[in-house]
Amino acid sequence: MSDLRPSLDTPDVAAAEVAVAVDAAGGGPRSGRRSPRAMAARRFRRNRVAVGGAIFLVLILVVAVFAPLIANHSPYAVDLGAIRQPPSGDHWLGTDASGRDVFARLVYAARVSLLVGVAAALLAVVVGTLVGAVAGLFGGWIDTLLMRTADMMLSFPNIVVVIVLAGLLGPSIPILVIAIAAAEWPTAARLVRGVTLAVREREYLHAARVAGASRGWLLRKHIVPAAMGQIVVVGTISVAGAILSEAVLSFLGLGVQPPQASWGNMLNDAQSLTVIQSMPWLWLPPGLAIAATVLSVNFVGDGLRDAVDPRQSGRS
Amino acid sequence: MAAFVVRRILVNIVVFILIGIGVFLLVRAAPGDPVRMMIRPEDLQEGSEGFIQARRAELGLDDPVLVQYGRWFLDAVTGDLGSSFISREPVSGLLLERLGPTVLLMSTALGIALLIAIPLGTIAAVRRNTGVDYAAAALSLGVISVPSFFLGIVAIYLFSLQLGWLPSSGMSTPGGGGGADILEHLIMPAAILGLAAAGPLTRYVRGSLIDELSADYVRTAEAKGGSPVRVVGRHALRNSLIPLITIVMINIPQMLAGAVVLEQVFAWPGMGQLAVRAVNTQDYPVIVGFALYVAALVLICNLLADLAYAVVDPRVKVT
Repeated sequence: MSDLRPSLDTPDVAAAEVAVAVDAAGGGPRSGRRSPRAMAARRFRRNRVAVGGAIFLVLILVVAVFAPLIANHSPYAVDLGAIRQPPSGDHWLGTDASGRDVFARLVYAARVSLLVGVAAALLAVVVGTLVGAVAGLFGGWIDTLLMRTADMMLSFPNIVVVIVLAGLLGPSIPILVIAIAAAEWPTAARLVRGVTLAVREREYLHAARVAGASRGWLLRKHIVPAAMGQIVVVGTISVAGAILSEAVLSFLGLGVQPPQASWGNMLNDAQSLTVIQSMPWLWLPPGLAIAATVLSVNFVGDGLRDAVDPRQSGRS
Repeated sequence: MAAFVVRRILVNIVVFILIGIGVFLLVRAAPGDPVRMMIRPEDLQEGSEGFIQARRAELGLDDPVLVQYGRWFLDAVTGDLGSSFISREPVSGLLLERLGPTVLLMSTALGIALLIAIPLGTIAAVRRNTGVDYAAAALSLGVISVPSFFLGIVAIYLFSLQLGWLPSSGMSTPGGGGGADILEHLIMPAAILGLAAAGPLTRYVRGSLIDELSADYVRTAEAKGGSPVRVVGRHALRNSLIPLITIVMINIPQMLAGAVVLEQVFAWPGMGQLAVRAVNTQDYPVIVGFALYVAALVLICNLLADLAYAVVDPRVKVT
């Protein structure tokens, strides 16, 4: 939306050019021995915080996949004779207002929260990549229109967008995913556009074009591979944002609907002071699960950024 | 300059109209008949179909979509956003009385965020790669990773229920009142909202100051014998804060999103609480009013961000 702001284009394009140059240098015949990918993997493995985050995420993923084997109760089994029980040998994290096992719900909620987070981020990255590449390849008014829209979407707080969408169309998981993706795609679009502009003028692209390559081919064979490292980084950080958005919206009652459990809607119960005061087992575990997962995703994202492009490191 | 301002305002008006069309179409796509929505289910009897048809015609719901849109838009820009399905009060009045508390919450939070971000970002930039710098980085990462509503619940648990220092909800004690009372209610939500906003702002101040510190004029100032405090405080920091105005403007809509959530946690009587309640009761006119309000806020902030940048930094060429 701006002609004046510290130009949003220039840093993107400059950074993309640097990244592309690094790739080219790494892949050239002279440096030989290690591929850029192997070097990035090596840098990532040396980053202990990022590796720790990755290990935690694998753990959560295993828990989510094997939820039925881990939970000793059904997450939906209502037991009105045992509501709001404190943690015990049978109910490890106690029971909620309907007598459902909190530990089982926590474990099953990991499935929903991760699924929504990853699906929304994936959708955002795919849409963003397409839009960014089209904007960069076509240029002109298409570019202006697409990027203005992206800036616009970026400045709208996604929670408000989802509140309006969920409020008018009714809350559901697909709407949740679409609304979160609608707020996240511009970041990827701007990135891919930057890479596209940087790559567009390089000799190999001219060569491909002269050889008769279509725009679709250029996108698949040249632009996406050149941007892949950074797309992965942006995608990872989007997952963190998407998991948080899911949590917030479900907490407000606008996201995942009960009886299905998500970390956010488990916290929905914690809007009463009695629950906060005397039943911490209802709100502490899901809150910590969200915080730990999002933190881990961010650790991995930062680690990937440093690994893919050391010059863009946050610790300059 | 004047031509630039006029053009930006016109562009923003066009965008606002487009958003209006989007919201209008969404409402049309929403399930349910507005007339039925306005009638309480218990009043809906057999044989009221004729009445509903008459009401539909009376409200103009049978007109072409374009005509309906034109009418709705003209009403909306003149401040008539219709009435709440639930309370029957005019939407603009409902929103207006909620505006004050939300503005109070957000401006206090913004103040807190700047009071954290500017000193912390400065120290982190000057003492790069030291403990302070790492602590600042950890704080930024922490506050964007821990959901603010969870922090709110933890704060209520600690400070209201365990320690009994601060009230847990609302904006003032019923019957009590006064400035000090409101302040006590304000501390927790504003501090948490401010903390969340301080994360990205700290990162920004640090990065911007690091760029400035490598500029030639900083070396000149140092060579002339300026003390580190003078060099940073009088020269580098000032320049690095110019774009901060823009960043703050861009962050205001994001803060509003945070306020919506925290208003829910702390029962703060602001616009967010109104909006969430409206969504849960399917009160369409209020949702639409809220959406338009937010859209206007976002556009105004964007416009101010552009203008502030041009006004504060004369080097920026207005095109």
